[in-house]
Amino acid sequence: MLTNYFPILVFIAIGIAIGGGALLLSRLIAPHRPDTEKLSPYECGFAPFEDTRLPFDIRYYLVALLFILFDLETAFFVPWAVVLRKIGVYGFSTMIIFLLILVVGFIYEWKKGALEWE
Amino acid sequence: MPVPVSDLMLAAPQWFVLIMTCVTLLVSLWSGKKASPWTYGLSQVTLLGAVVITALMYDQPRTVAFYGNMIFDKISALLTIFVCVITAFVLLYSRDYLKQHKMAYTEYHVLTLFSALGMMVLVSSYSFISLYVGLELFTLPLYALIALRRDAAVFAEASMKYFVMGAMASGMLLYGLSMLYGATGTVDIPSIASAIVGLPQGQHLIIVFGLVFVLAGIAFKLGAVPFHMWVPDVYDGSPNTVTLMIATGPKIAAFGLVVRLLAEALPDVHVAWQHGLILIAVLSIVLGNIVAIVQTNIKRMLAYSSIAHMGYMLLGIIAGTASGYSASMFYTLIYAIMSLAAFGLVSMLSRDGVDIQRIEDLRGLNARNPWLAFMMLLVMFSMAGVPPLAGFMAKIAVLEAVISVGQVWLAVVALLFAIVGAYYYLRVVKVMYFDEPIKKTDIELPSMDMRVAMTINGLSVLILGMFPAVLMGLCRAAF
Repeated sequence: MLTNYFPILVFIAIGIAIGGGALLLSRLIAPHRPDTEKLSPYECGFAPFEDTRLPFDIRYYLVALLFILFDLETAFFVPWAVVLRKIGVYGFSTMIIFLLILVVGFIYEWKKGALEWE
Repeated sequence: MPVPVSDLMLAAPQWFVLIMTCVTLLVSLWSGKKASPWTYGLSQVTLLGAVVITALMYDQPRTVAFYGNMIFDKISALLTIFVCVITAFVLLYSRDYLKQHKMAYTEYHVLTLFSALGMMVLVSSYSFISLYVGLELFTLPLYALIALRRDAAVFAEASMKYFVMGAMASGMLLYGLSMLYGATGTVDIPSIASAIVGLPQGQHLIIVFGLVFVLAGIAFKLGAVPFHMWVPDVYDGSPNTVTLMIATGPKIAAFGLVVRLLAEALPDVHVAWQHGLILIAVLSIVLGNIVAIVQTNIKRMLAYSSIAHMGYMLLGIIAGTASGYSASMFYTLIYAIMSLAAFGLVSMLSRDGVDIQRIEDLRGLNARNPWLAFMMLLVMFSMAGVPPLAGFMAKIAVLEAVISVGQVWLAVVALLFAIVGAYYYLRVVKVMYFDEPIKKTDIELPSMDMRVAMTINGLSVLILGMFPAVLMGLCRAAF
């Protein structure tokens, strides 16, 4: 059984060799003359305005979370809709149960004001 | 492939809890108040309803439903009843703490109910898929529960630790299960058991390889050495009521996991998992009991004590006989009751600005409230294994099981460290009875129902110790 995995091992080895080898070669061969200008971050030619690590509004996080939730739900729905004729009443009712549970969650977040920006 | 109605009926307790939890959530949302009595009332109705439904179904014969994914038998029925009763007690004990510390009331109840639902699914699962779904459903709400108190960073830290550890454990378990699937070509528990019997000798290597990961996953979930590191940190870092939740129900669910995976899916490689479990059990008993001695924080002490208790519980599983499994079941249920009382008391006394953390905080409890001190004394003596309390009967049962299969040395080690363990339980009793209280004022539980529940809980340790036959009989009947 393990012999089936041998190509994967070879693949990993070659991958590491190419990826690591390029870095190693440039380290060994390329000239290193760093100065302040070279090491500073490049921002369209002028000096950077501020630190890149900005604190950002936690509400974006909430929106992103809700987005991924409903996005996944859609990803779940599409294949279901495609085969709906084949899976019949059983498949339909299963999804309705799933949907009902999801609606409860949706009502919760609505009522809690998670959908309102202000 | 439609599901027969009889299958749906068989899952009635789970349906009931699922629907009622959603109803609880919606009703609490519209009731307007932060801590609505409706939330609490409906949660209790949910759990007690599930207990009644399961009890009514108890005499039904063993049935497999949902295309081999779910089973209804005496094990699942008994564990479901205990999970629900204990969760009901947890909610009762937590009510006041939640209000005092301004924790999210609705969310606490709903998450706890969902966690209980996960435990119910887990204990009645009969394939790896439903087993894993149940496991995740019961652990995911716990991570959120720990982080519910947002007034200090320590809770977020504990939640994060538990989450990372839990995710790693789930990963290990899944990897092990995938190996078992690879070797047998099925995820149904009975089919795996029969497939292993017919396997050629060489294939056993993959089974054993998978088994090691399964054991690691189980030890993580149980909180047994060498995968115990999260236990003290999480117990200590969680709000007291959430510690109460983590220390009771999940132990019962984890027992269900052990039984389904080891006793029912892999009985034929018993020798292989027996060695692993002996190591885990002995290390847990030794380390749990020794490290608990130096703890000054009561939650950490009880955490190490839980590690030791899980070691004792595993002794019955190691025996691998029906009487061993039932002894382990008895031990788990008794441990859940004891730990419910101990953490329940710690939670309920944490009020009016006092958060009980250290053993010292219980100083002179006898002078301030003799009855509560007596309840705590019963629980501590029971945990130490003093006759005639329930903990003693439970220890006897598991020791008997290992001796009956000839592992006398295991029983000797377990017994020696039970004596070591007695020290730190008795220290709590000493602090309560012989140390001068810091505040001399009387202390009382916030309401009548809590006092009654605590009394029932404490006395049940005594009664189950003196008359263990009923519960023991139920455990025997399950296997």
